[in-house]
Amino acid sequence: MIDVLEDRVSGVEIEFTHVTKRFPGQEQPAVSDLSLTVEAGQICCLVGPSGGGKTTAMKLVNRLIEPTEGDILIGGKSITDSDPVELRRGIGYVIQETGLFPHMTIGENIGVVPQLLGWPKKRTTERAAELLKLVNLEPEMAKRYPAQLSGGQRQRVGLARALAADPPLMLMDEPFGALDHITRSMVQDEFLRVHREVGKTVLFVTHDIDEAIKMADKIAVFRQGGVLAQYAAPDELLAHPADDFVADLVGADRGIKRLSLRTAGELADSGGTAADGTPRVEAGTTLRETLALLLSEGAQEASVHGDAGPVGVITLEKIRQVAGAS
Amino acid sequence: MISAPAPTPVIPSFGGSDACVANTNSLFCPSWVSQNWGSILQPELLQHIELTVVAVVIGTVIAFVAALIAFRHGWFAQGFGAISAILYTIPSLAFFEMFVPVTGIGMLTIEIGLVGYTLLILFRNILEGLRAAPAEALTAAAGIGMTPRQTFWKVNVRLALPAIFAGLRVATVTTISLATVAAYISTIGLGAGIQRAIQNSFNTELLATGILTIILALVADALIVLIQRVLTPWQRAARRS
Repeated sequence: MIDVLEDRVSGVEIEFTHVTKRFPGQEQPAVSDLSLTVEAGQICCLVGPSGGGKTTAMKLVNRLIEPTEGDILIGGKSITDSDPVELRRGIGYVIQETGLFPHMTIGENIGVVPQLLGWPKKRTTERAAELLKLVNLEPEMAKRYPAQLSGGQRQRVGLARALAADPPLMLMDEPFGALDHITRSMVQDEFLRVHREVGKTVLFVTHDIDEAIKMADKIAVFRQGGVLAQYAAPDELLAHPADDFVADLVGADRGIKRLSLRTAGELADSGGTAADGTPRVEAGTTLRETLALLLSEGAQEASVHGDAGPVGVITLEKIRQVAGAS
Repeated sequence: MISAPAPTPVIPSFGGSDACVANTNSLFCPSWVSQNWGSILQPELLQHIELTVVAVVIGTVIAFVAALIAFRHGWFAQGFGAISAILYTIPSLAFFEMFVPVTGIGMLTIEIGLVGYTLLILFRNILEGLRAAPAEALTAAAGIGMTPRQTFWKVNVRLALPAIFAGLRVATVTTISLATVAAYISTIGLGAGIQRAIQNSFNTELLATGILTIILALVADALIVLIQRVLTPWQRAARRS
């Protein structure tokens, strides 16, 4: 998501420096000599097989797990400088199934961190209302209990809770893992929109490579033993997997997946003019959708239209080049 | 506190001897109840309520502290669970008698017995409740920066309330019923009336005290349910949806 940074950056840079975590009684380290920097305001997805250490790496950041070696810097400051409880109150945290407190109303759930921080009650209530609006939920929701909400709504509340105290950094551990496909896609879009507004730095653990490709500015791929296999932007990862392991993980259809990252407008040849009767696509249409259209129409090219009229022509051959590039 | 137990009357407490009461075969004489409400039934009912409240409150405090320790130390859970289970199996009359040589005849002995019986029910329910908090809620609590103490009080204890109230209902109703047996030790509560009525073969008093005991149990149970509704609003919300 290339345009994420344009609107606002309130996030901080986060840097892992030679971080290793060994659990007692386990031969392989869970995280092995991890060095990685996430720029302020970016979304970094951690992907890999279970046991690859991605969740461990995330929990090291808010000190739910302490590293065996190495250090983690948030905004240039070592996380060991502050008390773990204080540190966690300054970091948004979203987990699968949301971890909402079933006995608290939605408003109380969102306000739980401000309350821990000792905000006045009025400010906390106002903040909760503001956040409900941000995640597209009705203000009346504040009085309900988590059991009265749908899975997608609960996930939005989980997001709102993590944003409550306006932390510069958010940790999200398979946050949308329990949602059905359609809801999931909606909440993902919602999250990207919110992220554009708030500009936090986000560490996002997922086992779903498609989700990572959709959400991430950069993807960190872990292999067994907590070794960082590759750290790259989604497009780069799909175009140039570092090795067979990464190629395998991103899938044989990585070429097709790459097409989801680009739009017809980006690739249109402004010199060309389309013959009458060629299919027509909007500039914002992804190459993947464009390809599907061309194939179903049996056409070789399509004319691309922007807000101000035709912007050029896109050919099947050109799409093929993007998909096949290596 | 409860006044000194009234001496068991040598002459049956028939009060005014109207025709119904004089006929000892009568099943139930409302006139006797209305004539003796203030002097016999009401005081015994109040004593019974006091016996129950004291036992349940003390039992809850002990069981809660024990459950709190057991929540942190597994060995304690097993130890205390075993002891309270053994207490629970002792026949109630024997239990009361057992303490007479130590604590004498009176309120203290009865309360020790009654508290003993509440412990198993309350301890198990409270502990189970404390352990029932969903794992995600606990992970989230730690992750958003609750201290272990805050997590315990704001999450574990609050989420244990439904189980605690379930235990309280059983313990209260059990105590109300068991407290009638306590009259064998000391003439306190509705049990005193029941015992007297049996000795005198006086049906009216037997029925009146028996029914009062049942009504007390039902009212107490309803009251606890009402309090629970107020304190655990999320449960009703969950059921409605």
